[in-house]
Amino acid sequence: MTETVIQVEHLSKMFHIGRSRQQHDTLRDSLMAGLKSTTGRLRRQDPATDQARDDSFWALQDISFEVQPGEIVGIIGRNGAGKSTLLKILSRITEPTQGQALIHGRVGSLLEVGTGFHPELTGRENIYLNGAILGMRRTEIEQKFDEIVSFAEIEQFLETPVKRYSSGMYVRLAFAVAAHLEPEILLVDEVLAVGDMEFQRKCLGKMGDVAKTGRTVLFVSHNMAAIEGLCTHGVLLKKGRVTSYGPVKDVIEDYLADQKAPAARSVGGVLGQDPTSGVSILDIGPLDRNGAFVPMTRSGDDLNLAVTLQLERAIPRATVTIGLNDVYGTRTTVLHSSIAGFPLSLDTGAQMVTVHIPKFQLKAGSYTMDVQVFSGMESVLWAPSLGPLMVESGDFYGSGKLPDASWAGYFYASQAWKAAPSAEGQKS
Amino acid sequence: MVSKIEQTHPADPVDAGEIVSTSRDATSPPVGHPLTTAGPLQTTLIKPDSGLMLPDLGAVWEYRELLLFLVWRDVKVRYKQTALGVGWILLQPLLSVIVFTVIFGMLLNVPSGDVPYPVFALAGLLPWQYFSSSMSRVGTSLVNSSQLITKVYFPRLIIPASGVLSTLVDFGIGFIVLLALLLFYRMPISPRIAWIVPFLLLAIITALAFGLWLAALNVRYRDINYLIPFLLQLWMYVTPVIYGSAIIPERYRFLLALNPMTVVVEGFRWAIIGKQSTDSVISIPLFAVSILITLVTFVSGLIYFRKTERTFSDII
Repeated sequence: MTETVIQVEHLSKMFHIGRSRQQHDTLRDSLMAGLKSTTGRLRRQDPATDQARDDSFWALQDISFEVQPGEIVGIIGRNGAGKSTLLKILSRITEPTQGQALIHGRVGSLLEVGTGFHPELTGRENIYLNGAILGMRRTEIEQKFDEIVSFAEIEQFLETPVKRYSSGMYVRLAFAVAAHLEPEILLVDEVLAVGDMEFQRKCLGKMGDVAKTGRTVLFVSHNMAAIEGLCTHGVLLKKGRVTSYGPVKDVIEDYLADQKAPAARSVGGVLGQDPTSGVSILDIGPLDRNGAFVPMTRSGDDLNLAVTLQLERAIPRATVTIGLNDVYGTRTTVLHSSIAGFPLSLDTGAQMVTVHIPKFQLKAGSYTMDVQVFSGMESVLWAPSLGPLMVESGDFYGSGKLPDASWAGYFYASQAWKAAPSAEGQKS
Repeated sequence: MVSKIEQTHPADPVDAGEIVSTSRDATSPPVGHPLTTAGPLQTTLIKPDSGLMLPDLGAVWEYRELLLFLVWRDVKVRYKQTALGVGWILLQPLLSVIVFTVIFGMLLNVPSGDVPYPVFALAGLLPWQYFSSSMSRVGTSLVNSSQLITKVYFPRLIIPASGVLSTLVDFGIGFIVLLALLLFYRMPISPRIAWIVPFLLLAIITALAFGLWLAALNVRYRDINYLIPFLLQLWMYVTPVIYGSAIIPERYRFLLALNPMTVVVEGFRWAIIGKQSTDSVISIPLFAVSILITLVTFVSGLIYFRKTERTFSDII
């Protein structure tokens, strides 16, 4: 007889976006807001209060699913689909607005590796501290201490403060402690996205071992290969709702099918907006020779990627960034106007910002675009997962040939080859 | 086949509740899970929460090891990479006593009864410095631990609790300095000195009481960060640390009861030096009112903390 380990019923979570960030940060703001709402109530109908209602944002809406013992469940979805919020609620870090979740068993959650690490403390001291923070008993840590140290490969540095560690050592130690956490239910968020390749492989192996011991694991990752390799089941989240749930292969298929679906172009002419800064994005995509938006581009073509913004106030020192993500959510590159050395100045009204990329290097596929606009250092617009930008295969090398799509790789690199006698060989 | 989740029903409104942790009893059906057959299986219900209630002290007890680790970390980190290290714990009360003795004892001639002013000052400074550093630690503790709060679950009360415990180490060392000072002035140490324990307890609860309010408010209003040093400075002047309460005119003495730290500081002096030499004016009714104020602040602070703790990670 199996019994459900995690039972999630109609779980919803609401955030007040503008309010928690913009107002109420100081007492004075809070007092002013209090005054405003009083006068608003006197006037009965006040647009400000309507706007306040619009500030609420449902990160999760009516989520229901069940997890059986021993299942390894991958939670997938685009950025902002609510994956991390779900994990935070199940880890009891934040509470749901509605609904409930029933969990049978001791829960260990890893939302980050190295939580609570203190740079001044030694490796040995941090193992104890971090273990305790993750919920291990002292006797448990003592038992596993040697194993943790050898897994992290830090034997000689045990008495060194971790602030002197290389970032690789730091991450290895942090993951080693986490990997030896043995709760009945393990919640893991993206922690594999750190460390060098070899260590990542070791971590995936360790996670696989955990799975084999019959523990239940909930795993959030953008790494579809890891999800497919590790998980038995999948939950697909889209805009805070569960859109697919079942065996992992089927769920990944649904996810990819959804990514390939044609772009839902502007709803009411706006793709995304920031009500507080008054910046919105109207359109994004490649331009053809005549400056009109087209749905796709080709690898190897000169790409003019344009963003149409609508501004209520001018931004004299603007930065526009576009992050390109592949269907697995892996960030392939970021286009960044300031880092590339192009100061931009944006006027009020509709503005078109164009980035010219000679010989576009990404290989064929569908890419989502995360757009962020800054005024000075301050973010005034964040519009994730726009597009998609469809890229067709093109004759990148001018040779009429391209590497096979099944060979690993994200992009094409211009290259020149030659062969000549080597000095090294002559020595021997 | 992909099974789709039914989403036809809107979310049912949920009653006010809380996280309920219970252990399965023997009558429950056995679970076919290899890892869980050994011990009782913990069941956790996660629900939205509302209403006024006290924090779950049982959960704090369950996480006592983490509490001790945090205290140990605080103490360890505080004097790491300082040349003098633990020497600072000794120097802090010593330097304060020297400064106070020169300014108030010698230049301003503040009366200290028959007692040498350094002893008089340190007997008051010791509980005050404990209170002052504890309260400011507790008040800023949540904001300083935002990294932990947004990434790991544990009873949030552990963080302020570690704030009042880690400062006890400094207190202990200061107390040794005081004993040395008493020996130096050849003053008798009577068994009455054991009375500092209940007075210290009052100082701990007072620091926690006001600190809890400040810590929870600080999560939302960072103004508190600026308010705390100012508040403590004012508070020190209305507490008989550098002077004795005897210099306050009779008709205003009832005001002393409003400040629980008066009772603590004068209580310490009485326990260490004795009443005859300090002219202490603390009476039983004053004492009772002070304790009442502390307890009311403490309980209301716990309730407010409980009410806001589960939104900390969203707004911190």
